Amino acid sequence: MDFGSINPALLIASIMISATPILLAAIGEMVVEKAGVLNLGVEGMMITGAVVGFAVAVTLTSPGFGFVAAAFAGAALSLVFALLTQFLLSNQVATGLGLTLAGLGLSSLIGKPYEGMKSPPMPKLDIPVLSDLPIVGRMLFSHDAMVYVSLLLVVAVWAFLKYTRAGLILRAVGESHDSAHALGYKVIPIRIAAILFGGACAGMGGAYLSLVRVPQWTEGMTAGAGWIALAIVVFASWRAGRVAVGAYLFGGVTVLQLNLQAAGANVPVSLLSASPYIITILVLVIISARGVHGAPASLGRSFHATH
Amino acid sequence: MIRLEKRPEPSRLWTATTPLLAVALTMIVGGLLFAVLGADPFEAIRTIFWDPLFHPQFAAYSRPQLLVKAGPLILIAIGLSIGFKAGIWNIGAEGQYIIGAVCGAGVGLAFYPSENVLIFPLMIVAGALGGWAWAMIPAVLKTKFGTNEILVSLMLVYVAQNVLIAMSTGLLRNPEGMGFPGSRNFKQWDAVHNAEIVANTGMHWGVVAAFIAVIAAYVLMSRHIQGFNIRLSGEAPRAARFAGVSPARIVFLCLGLAGALAGMAGLFEVTGPAGQLTDKFNAGYGFTAIIVAFLGRLHPVGILLAGLLMALTYIGGELAQLMLGLPGAAIQLFQGMLLFFLLATDVFTNYRLRFGAGAAA
Repeated sequence: MDFGSINPALLIASIMISATPILLAAIGEMVVEKAGVLNLGVEGMMITGAVVGFAVAVTLTSPGFGFVAAAFAGAALSLVFALLTQFLLSNQVATGLGLTLAGLGLSSLIGKPYEGMKSPPMPKLDIPVLSDLPIVGRMLFSHDAMVYVSLLLVVAVWAFLKYTRAGLILRAVGESHDSAHALGYKVIPIRIAAILFGGACAGMGGAYLSLVRVPQWTEGMTAGAGWIALAIVVFASWRAGRVAVGAYLFGGVTVLQLNLQAAGANVPVSLLSASPYIITILVLVIISARGVHGAPASLGRSFHATH
Repeated sequence: MIRLEKRPEPSRLWTATTPLLAVALTMIVGGLLFAVLGADPFEAIRTIFWDPLFHPQFAAYSRPQLLVKAGPLILIAIGLSIGFKAGIWNIGAEGQYIIGAVCGAGVGLAFYPSENVLIFPLMIVAGALGGWAWAMIPAVLKTKFGTNEILVSLMLVYVAQNVLIAMSTGLLRNPEGMGFPGSRNFKQWDAVHNAEIVANTGMHWGVVAAFIAVIAAYVLMSRHIQGFNIRLSGEAPRAARFAGVSPARIVFLCLGLAGALAGMAGLFEVTGPAGQLTDKFNAGYGFTAIIVAFLGRLHPVGILLAGLLMALTYIGGELAQLMLGLPGAAIQLFQGMLLFFLLATDVFTNYRLRFGAGAAA
């Protein structure tokens, strides 16, 4: 085994890369759940975003358009979920599962012609001065724009939920849709907006996988990332800052196990590959053993105005 | 203006007709999808739903496949439906199916090359126990720590997949397989080969088990006190607790049952149609079974029919791939759409449409 081949600066840099897709999806899902909706279709929206983003980026040779298209694709798929759960009052768990299954099928259908292609390179956003710093510069400040977008998004969501009136209303809808409705807030349009935001974020997270992280399109490439994003929201007790912590912890585990595999550690490869999932389960257990706090009170319940 | 008005109780008529409506809508939208993909929609729908059963040339091959594919789907979906009735969302049946196959195959291979007739029953038991044990992980975590069973059972699918890779390329690899991954071929080992019971019907022991499961689930859910407790826990958890139903016991019962059935399905698959434990023997039945459970309205007889229909789309999909060059993924999307339309039309079971704003009270 050769731990010397693991370079700490590169390690941290790759943790940031590997955490970004999950962070994007998780922060979006957190907003959805804050509005009282449980969308289990994150995996489906992510993979659809991955394939659409990849296809558009390759066709237009522009990763930027890829991300925009991926956001729209994720939102479009989440709109199906929104219509079913908000207007047709379908079961959110079942609909979310359906969204994942359909998304997986849809993505491999769209992605067939793009297999084996390489995505156009994402330009590195070298922040002047900061990126020239020794070690830290390469570690933290010479990534592509999406890494910083994801972090800014976390801050924006935190500020939105904590300090704005709209954020307060969104939380009210998630805590008690009946009270919010009685106060005159439009529960269903607010929830749909939240669902669309979540879909767009998941789509971008998927595109980050296919455009930067891998960067290629392969069938089923999200490999549970969407589910892990859902787990991170629970882990984070529905707080934006902790979502970021969770995503980076998870990114760390992923990168570490890949590095251990590459370094030829004396641990079975299958165990290393399974470790991110096992650790997610362990984290969920620890969190729930302490008692789950902060789950929006109306999470997963359908709203139907009777008056 | 159109409003939805809650029905005093679910409509029986709509409960029965929504699956048919969903199938019809899926055919229409699916047809449009196939047209976009450059195939004649009518021909595509006919290839998927009609040709596997009645095509003069292919039907002889594809008709038995109907039971081969429906068997595991029904077996898994029956287990899942009982949990769904109780509000326990085990979506990791794929993992339980894989571990069942690994455990069953492992126990069997330990006795190779004995031709003792007891080996196969022993393997079935081991498969069921393997699936049961894998399902007990989310059950224990849920009852002891309140951990969400949806996420845990799903994460365990990925763990199971890695276990499968490790086993089929390591411990259970065929020592005479020239280094190729995969276990010994069960089809060449008469004592454990899960062969067709009646030639050219596709009827193997897994299908028999599926039929037994349908009947047993029907009796359990409509005639047995535990079935009542399960339904009560799903519809009115508080009432169930007051009635003395232990929520933990229901969790163990539902997850355990689903796991055991899924594990058995895995064992039947690996000793029968798949023939060999490889890293990709599992064909995603554990996930499709979720659609089957919903399409069958969580009712055993409905699941039987839904399983057959879903099997038909699998076979028809393969046929469409072969004859019309439609991509295989189109069928996966097709199956997903079916679930969507079912959930969408389901609203009419519990609500009725009211036109006009006048009657609003």
